Amino acid sequence: MNAVLQDFQETIREAAAAKRLLRIRGGGSKDFYGGPLEGEILDTTPYAGVVAYEPTELVVSVRAGTPLAELEALLADHGQMLAFEPPHFGAAATIGGALAAGLSGPRRAAAGAARDFVLGARIVDGRGDALAFGGQVMKNVAGYDVSRLMVGAMGTLGLIVEASLKVLPRPAAEASLRFEMPQAAAIATLNRWAGRPLPVSASCWRGGVLAIRLSGARAAVEAAARELGGQRVDRDDGFWRALRDHAHEFFSADTPLWRLSLPSTTPPLDGHGETLIEWGGAQRWVRTSAEGAAVREAAVAAGGSATLFRAREKSCPVFQPLQGPLAKIHRRLKDAFDPAGILNPGRM
Amino acid sequence: MATQGVAAERDFAGRDREALLSELARVLPREALLFEPEDARPYECDGLTAYRQLPLAVALPDSEDQVRAILRICASLGVPVVARGAGTSLSGGAMPHKDGVLLSMAKFRHIVRLDPAARIAVVQPGVRNLAISEAAAAHGLYYAPDPSSQIACTIGGNVAENSGGVHCLKYGLTVHNVLRVRAITIEGEVLEIGSHALDSPGYDLLALMNGSEGMLAVITEVTVKLTPKPVVAQVLLAAFDDVNRAGDAVAAVIAAGIIPAGMEMMDQPATRAVEPFAHAGYPLDAQAILLAESDGTPEEVAEEIERIRQVMAGCGATEVRASRDEAERLRFWSGRKAAFPAVGRISPDYYCMDGTIPRKRLAQMLTAIAALEVKYGLRCCNVFHAGDGNLHPLILYDANAPDELDRAEKFGAEILERSVEYGGTITGEHGVGIEKIDQMCSQFSKQELEMFHRVKAAFDPAGLLNPGKAIPTLNRCVEFGRLHVHGGELPHAELPRF
Repeated sequence: MNAVLQDFQETIREAAAAKRLLRIRGGGSKDFYGGPLEGEILDTTPYAGVVAYEPTELVVSVRAGTPLAELEALLADHGQMLAFEPPHFGAAATIGGALAAGLSGPRRAAAGAARDFVLGARIVDGRGDALAFGGQVMKNVAGYDVSRLMVGAMGTLGLIVEASLKVLPRPAAEASLRFEMPQAAAIATLNRWAGRPLPVSASCWRGGVLAIRLSGARAAVEAAARELGGQRVDRDDGFWRALRDHAHEFFSADTPLWRLSLPSTTPPLDGHGETLIEWGGAQRWVRTSAEGAAVREAAVAAGGSATLFRAREKSCPVFQPLQGPLAKIHRRLKDAFDPAGILNPGRM
Repeated sequence: MATQGVAAERDFAGRDREALLSELARVLPREALLFEPEDARPYECDGLTAYRQLPLAVALPDSEDQVRAILRICASLGVPVVARGAGTSLSGGAMPHKDGVLLSMAKFRHIVRLDPAARIAVVQPGVRNLAISEAAAAHGLYYAPDPSSQIACTIGGNVAENSGGVHCLKYGLTVHNVLRVRAITIEGEVLEIGSHALDSPGYDLLALMNGSEGMLAVITEVTVKLTPKPVVAQVLLAAFDDVNRAGDAVAAVIAAGIIPAGMEMMDQPATRAVEPFAHAGYPLDAQAILLAESDGTPEEVAEEIERIRQVMAGCGATEVRASRDEAERLRFWSGRKAAFPAVGRISPDYYCMDGTIPRKRLAQMLTAIAALEVKYGLRCCNVFHAGDGNLHPLILYDANAPDELDRAEKFGAEILERSVEYGGTITGEHGVGIEKIDQMCSQFSKQELEMFHRVKAAFDPAGLLNPGKAIPTLNRCVEFGRLHVHGGELPHAELPRF
């Protein structure tokens, strides 16, 4: 067995016995995200590299500490990609961190989320046991889907050491279109387009301008571009990458940044600061100094939730607190995977 | 398969039947509670008909309040509960427990709400898969996962099994198309999992619910995502005089950057079984045929079909035909869709397997199956969701012939173990149920199985929902004698041996 992996198991076993807290960390590009950082760092970066990649199987198996940029470059060499378009909040971002945080980029509404592309995972649980769930095949219903459960769990259920991911071919053609449009009209338009078989792969509304990206077969992209009109921008990768990585000017201000996950048809939530809309209306970024409770209340009233994504001072819980039986099941799951409560406590 | 016992499972015998029936009678109308053997008989099995078991009682609630009341009664009396939709499971997932209540969700058949603007449908669990697409059709939308049994199977069962279908490679499984599940725990508590947004706070419990085989909670409502209907679809039929070449062609299509809406393979025994029945026009001299479908706008489909045609020709296809119209497209598919009934016509019984393997292992697997046909003296027809590596070998046998069922089961078990060995899984879309529970011991280690039991206990601490299915007890694995050993550790060292 791999020595690094054995070290991870040993570290976790010892920490569990001593009830010493561990803080799982890859590139550290998402240290800003989630609850307070506590515990001794367990660095995943020594466990890096692609374990298996066969483009014709559409599957890559990769160790957690592998830099996202390196993985994506390899896939690009074979005309493929991670279709959930994970954000890079720094050059050091790793695939393990991307999965643990469970964040997805502009293509999410069209292609699916990080969890949708996870076929299997090897983890080390809070006992130090190395476990494997799922596999390297597209269809697999043997046992509960623990691999997907790990995605977005912020490392609180276990250390993801390796994941097998479904990859997809890069689209043959892409084009962006821009339209001048107020927020309410943009939300209605995006939902109308999403109900038709159009190759819309990303959307962004900000300050009266709606941008969409079309991706797919050349014929499909051309036909859609002709039909939808607007101002066409052909090589616009930079814009979508900046949006994905929060390098867009909207994200540079200092006011707290909220992420609202809402039903896509939710009308504009007025009076809650500056807004940037993605995912066809389903993801709304809001910059506001308003009380956390008020922001949450508005999101819940619309049937969604609010996350305090980035803030200098986190004056309220980052993630929306859970209630009742759901909270009880979450506590029991945490106990099941990490009985000593040592893995990334407080991060989620 | 009835020969297989449920040894080493927990014993629920000795529950107070009279107390159970009188408690249930207080919360259910007379006609919604069946306990005479002749009334309960229709519920004794699901699609895996070789396994049969009468439950203590069958409950047919029609409201969520009744479901909660039934579950609370069962929890307080320690009585197992098995939920059932249309009963089309091929793995015995809905087979009753002899000391338990069979909870039929058949009366939950309303589409609560269909919102074309938001592209969602809120449905009760007993709504049939196809009924959702039918209701959405007027809005140019449909529900994408299409298991072969879609005219009968229900959405509650689809979630429980994480059902697939012919179009998963492009459109995903049930888990990719369900936004929200409302479910009741055995303690009678309501869980709202997921939402009408694309993600929700907390752990991804939706991922756990999909494919949980009724082991975690009873589903009372589901919100599914609806997908815009493609403008056109066209299918290409390619014939090969060698199974390996057909397998290579599948890889070559993917390598060309094409994700067909569906890509199916049938071997010669399968095409020969279906052709007299379906008249699909398959070339019967071919060793294997591939069906590859493209959908989208007319321009897109024309471009993609031409590219697939070139790839197939380049891979040595002896014949390539594209459907010329919708009638021909449906005719090409009719043979594939009729594979199971057609095989039922040429053989008194058949046993359908569901292993998934990495596609590159296909030729190896087909060679292995050919050898197993000789070893067990039984024939096997192969239909294969080639795009995603999911195999459905159909082992032909005659249950009335001595020991044929037993040979068929052993044949099947060897295919499953081979699937694990090749880096795949024992079940791609039919579920573990009771059928493949022993093979779980080959696929997972002791620690992994223990973790599954802990996950179940987080939802169902008393272990009353569908006990004895999906996840084997460690004792059972010891009895079965096949364990997946990690790192040379002695399996189940602390357990007493029998």
